Amino acid sequence: MKEINELILPDDLRYAVDHEWARVEGDRVRVGLDDYAQDQLGDIVFVELPQPGETLERGQEFATVESVKAVVECYLPVSGEIVAVNKQLEDSPELMNESSYGDGWMVEVNPKDLSEMDDLMTSAENLERLKGAE
Amino acid sequence: MKEPLGTTGLLLNEPLLWEKGKKGRRGFSLPPRDIEPAHLDKEFTGEGPDFPDLSEMDVVRHYTRLSQWNFGVDTGMYPLGSCTMKYNPKTNERQAGLSGLSTAHPLLPASLSQGVLKLMFELGKHLSEITGMDATTLQPAAGAHGELTGMLLIHAFHKSKGTQRSKIIVPDTAHGTNPASVALCGYKPVPVNSDEKGILSLAAISQVMDEDTAGIMITNPNTLGLFEENIRGIAQTVHSKGGLVYCDGANLNAVMGVVKMGDIGVDVMHLNLHKTFSTPHGGGGPGSGPVCVKNSLEPFLPVPRVEKRDGQYVLSEDYPESVGKVLAFYGNFGVMVKAYSYILSMGPENLKRASQLAVLNANYIKEKLKGTLHLPYDRPCMHECVFSDKYQMANKVATLDMAKRLMDYGFHPPTVYFPLVVHGAIMVEPTETECKEDLDQFIETFEVIAKEAREDPDLLHEAPRKCKVRRLDETTAARKPCLAG
Amino acid sequence: MHLLPHTDEDIASMLEAVGVKDLDALFSTVPEDCRLKGKLDLPKALSEWELNHHMEALSSTMGVSPAYKVFIGAGSYEHFIPASVSYLLGRSEFVTSYTPYQPEMSQGTLQAIYEYQTLIARLLGMEVATASHYDGAAALAESLLMAIRATKRTKVAVSGLVHPLYRRVVQTYFEPTGYEVLELPYLKEGVTELAALREMDDLAAVAIQSPNFFGCIEDLEGTAQAVHDTGALLVAGFTEAVAYGLLKNPGSQGADIVCGEGQSLGIPRSFGGPGLGVLASRQKFMRSLPGRLVGQTKDLDGKRGFVLTLATREQHIRREKATSNICTNNSLCALAAAMYMASLGGTGMRELGALNHDKAEYLKGELKSAGFGITFDRPTFNEFVVEFPPGFEVTYNHLLEKGIVAGLSLAPYYPELANHYLMCVTEIISREDMDTLVREVKS
Repeated sequence: MKEINELILPDDLRYAVDHEWARVEGDRVRVGLDDYAQDQLGDIVFVELPQPGETLERGQEFATVESVKAVVECYLPVSGEIVAVNKQLEDSPELMNESSYGDGWMVEVNPKDLSEMDDLMTSAENLERLKGAE
Repeated sequence: MKEPLGTTGLLLNEPLLWEKGKKGRRGFSLPPRDIEPAHLDKEFTGEGPDFPDLSEMDVVRHYTRLSQWNFGVDTGMYPLGSCTMKYNPKTNERQAGLSGLSTAHPLLPASLSQGVLKLMFELGKHLSEITGMDATTLQPAAGAHGELTGMLLIHAFHKSKGTQRSKIIVPDTAHGTNPASVALCGYKPVPVNSDEKGILSLAAISQVMDEDTAGIMITNPNTLGLFEENIRGIAQTVHSKGGLVYCDGANLNAVMGVVKMGDIGVDVMHLNLHKTFSTPHGGGGPGSGPVCVKNSLEPFLPVPRVEKRDGQYVLSEDYPESVGKVLAFYGNFGVMVKAYSYILSMGPENLKRASQLAVLNANYIKEKLKGTLHLPYDRPCMHECVFSDKYQMANKVATLDMAKRLMDYGFHPPTVYFPLVVHGAIMVEPTETECKEDLDQFIETFEVIAKEAREDPDLLHEAPRKCKVRRLDETTAARKPCLAG
Repeated sequence: MHLLPHTDEDIASMLEAVGVKDLDALFSTVPEDCRLKGKLDLPKALSEWELNHHMEALSSTMGVSPAYKVFIGAGSYEHFIPASVSYLLGRSEFVTSYTPYQPEMSQGTLQAIYEYQTLIARLLGMEVATASHYDGAAALAESLLMAIRATKRTKVAVSGLVHPLYRRVVQTYFEPTGYEVLELPYLKEGVTELAALREMDDLAAVAIQSPNFFGCIEDLEGTAQAVHDTGALLVAGFTEAVAYGLLKNPGSQGADIVCGEGQSLGIPRSFGGPGLGVLASRQKFMRSLPGRLVGQTKDLDGKRGFVLTLATREQHIRREKATSNICTNNSLCALAAAMYMASLGGTGMRELGALNHDKAEYLKGELKSAGFGITFDRPTFNEFVVEFPPGFEVTYNHLLEKGIVAGLSLAPYYPELANHYLMCVTEIISREDMDTLVREVKS
C-alpha cells in the first residue's frame, strides 16, 4: 500500500470525504474514486453502476465497487442526473486501479447546482485530512 | 527445533472428472430390471445429462487423489479460531451409520420411528441442561440458520405482544452472520463498539438500548476470546426496555459446565453441534445449529416438536404460535446422532474438563507467543486468543504471509483478519484435543516464522512452497468468474 | 478419558506457564455470579462399548429396509448407494476439514465442489450452480428471495403442488420480510393452474415443482412462457433429482432459477437430514446468488487451481447487506452427490431414471387393474397418487405389522384428498415387493 506522500491527488479535482473525486467538464461533472480508495481496496474486480437517467441527490449511493475481499459504496459528490456511465468498467474494472482519474472514471452527472462543487475538498485539504487520519 | 511436520511427499495430479472416462464405462451396479419398459412420451424426455462415464476404479482414484490435496483435523493441528476444530471421535461416525438411523424415512409413522424420536428428545434435553435453558429446537441446519431461527423467535415474541420493533444491537466483534441474520428478519443492526478491554460496557449498551430495539445479539465468550463480564447488567438493561438477549453460542466450547447462559440473562441462543459437540465440519457442512430458549420464547419454536406421551415419542404440530418450519423435515438428524454420541461418551465431568482444557490450551499459547506476536488485549482469554501482525509489519510481513508459511511447516493456519476490530488479526483456537507437545511445536514454529520474517521476509511472501499449489490468483477468479467446466 | 490428551503433569506445567494455580483459576474473568455452582445433570459417561449397545438398541426400533418395504417418497427417496461412494466419502481429509478458506491446502474439497457445481449445472441445464445449501426447502426460500433482489419486485407465487413442507418453510422465511407469498391452485389433471397469474401484479417469481408433489410432470415450457409474460422469473423446483436422468431438464424449458433437494443423489435418508440444497441459475444472475461459489483460476506458476470466489456477496464481507446469511454449504453432501453422479455417468443416470419411471408405472398399472383409482392422468415419474377405499387406515396399520408402509396419506396436506395416498417406487423396490403390496391392499 502507498504511503500518504506517494498518493496522487491532482489539483484540478475536488474530493469528497468518502474518496470520490469530481471534475467539471463543460456543463457536466465527471466522478470517480480517488487514488487513496483504489489503493486501499487493492485489485478492483467488479463495479456496479447506476442506469443513465437516474437523478440522485448529493450523498446518495450511486455505485458499489468490489475488490476480492472488500466492497465499498460510493456516494454522489454533487446532486444531479446521471447522464453517462463508464461502460468499459463492466469488462475492465481494473481501469479504476490503473487510471483512477482517466479511463477509470465512473459516471458523468448533469449537476443541479454547480456551487455544490465548492463544498468539496481541494487536493491540499484532502491530503491534510488523510495525514490527520494516519 | 524438532523436525518440522511439513515435508514434501508424492502427490498425484488428477484431471477434472470430464477430462477422463469413456462412453460405455460404468462405475455402478444397477439393481435388476424386473419389469417391462413403460412408455413416456418424447415430449417429456430429454437427452440425459452430459456426464462422463467412468469405471469404479476411475472414481475411486479420482477422489482418493483429491482427498490427498486436503488437510483435515485428522491430518494435523487446525487452530482455526471461532471454528472449534476439535478431534471428531470415530465412534460418532459408526453410530450415525447404523442402518436404522441412517436409512429411516422422515415420514415414517411414529410407531416405526421410536428410536430416532427418543434420540432427538434426549438430545434436546441435554442441550437445554448444558445451556441452562428451558427448551430446544434441533431443526436449524447450521449456526447461521440457528441465528435466523432465533431472530424469527424474537420477531414472533414482539409480534405476540402487539408491538413490533425495528432494531437489534450487534457488537463490532460479531461474526458477519449476525448482522446478515438480523437483516434477513427485517431488523436493522445497530453496531456497538467494544471498550478498551475488548468487551461490551454497560454504558455503551444503555446508550443505544431503547423501546424500538428488539434485543441484542451477543457472542459470549466473544470473538476476541474474552468473556463478556458485564453480561448480567447488559441483560438487565435490555430486559428493562422490553428487549431480549440472544447469545451466539459459537464459543460455547469455553464454558461447558462452567457457565449456563440461561442463568445469566440469555433468553435464546444457538449452538453449533459441529463445533462444540465434535461433529465433523465436512469441508464446510453439514452442520447443525440447535436453538435453546427460555420459557418466554418456547411457544414460538419451530414445529414439529418431539414429545413424550404415555411412554411413546410423537411429533407434535400443536403449537399455534410457532414460527413454522425452517427446514423441510426435523433438522440434520445425521449430525444430531454424532453430537448425542459425543455427549454420552463424555458425560458431565468430561464436558467440563474439555472446556477447562480448551481454555488452558489457549492461555498457554497466548502466554508463550505474546512476545513473538503482538497481543492487542493482554488479559486472560477463554478458548481462543487473538494476536496481530503489528511487529512483523515492520518488515512488511503481513498476517497472510505468516499464515501461508505455517502451511509449509504442516499446520493449518489460524483464522486471519477476523475479528475486524483487530488490524491484521490472527485468531488461534487450539481446542482441548491438542496435546502439549503439539502446542509446543506450534509455538516453536511461530517463533521460527517470526525470525524468518525479520531475516528473510521473501520466504514468507512466497509461501507456501510445499502445498499442491502455490498462491492462487483470486483477482482473476473474481473478475472473470469460471464457475463450471 | 481417551478423547482428552492431557496428563496431570502436562496440566501442572501448563498452569505454571500461564501463571494460575488450578484449572478453575483460568476462569478469573468470569464474574463469580455468572459461574455455575452445581454440576451438569447429564447421564454419566459411557464407554465406547456401552455406547454401541445403546445406539444399536435405538437403531433396532426403526422401520427400515430390508425388513420394511417403504413406499414413501415425498421429498426423501431411497436409492441404492454403491459402497465406493460411502467409502470415499469417509476419507477423513474430506470429513475433518472445514470451509476451504486456505485454498493451497484445500484443493481436494475445492476441485470436488467445482466439479459438483458443473455436474449440477449440466443435470439441470443451467449455467451456474452454488456450492450447495441446507436442503431443498431452504434453497427454494433463498431462490425466491434472490428473485426479489434481481427483479426489485415484492411478491412471489408458489404452486400448491410444491412440496407442502417446502411451502411452509417459504412462509416462515417470508413472514418478517413484508414480501407477499401467493399460492397457485392445481387442476384436476394434477398440474398447476396458471390462469390466476394474469391477475397478479408485481410478481418477482413463480415457483413450480416438477415432478410435482403428486409426482406429475409439469409443463415447464408452457409455464415459462406464462411466467415471463408477467415479467417474473421462473423458479423451477424439484425434490427428486434422479428424474432429470430421464426428463427434459428445467433449463432447456426456460427456467431462470432451478432449486431443489439433491438427497436422491447418493445421500442416505437419515430421517430427513442432512439433505442437499441445490440452487442453480442463469449466468446473468450470478452476482445475486446466495451462498458459496468455487471458481477456477491459476496459481503463481500458472498451474490450475480453485478458490472460493465472488465472496463480496457474502455475510463475512457485506454483513447486513449480504445476499444471504448463509456461512457455509453442505459440502460433504455435495461431495456425495458428485461421487454418485460420477459413478453413474450420463449413461447410468439415464438408465436409473428410466428404471424408476418404469417401476412406478408397473405398480400404477397393477393398482389400477386391481380396481383402485389413479387420481391424476398426467404422466408421472416415480411417484403417483392412488385412491384407496374409505377406511383404508385399518388396512394401512395392519400392513405396517407385515413390514409394508403403503405410501403417504395425503389428507394431512390436502384435506380434499381424503383416502388418497402418494406412492413411491424406486429401483430398490422389486417386482415381488410390488406384487405383495397389491395383493395385500386388495385383501
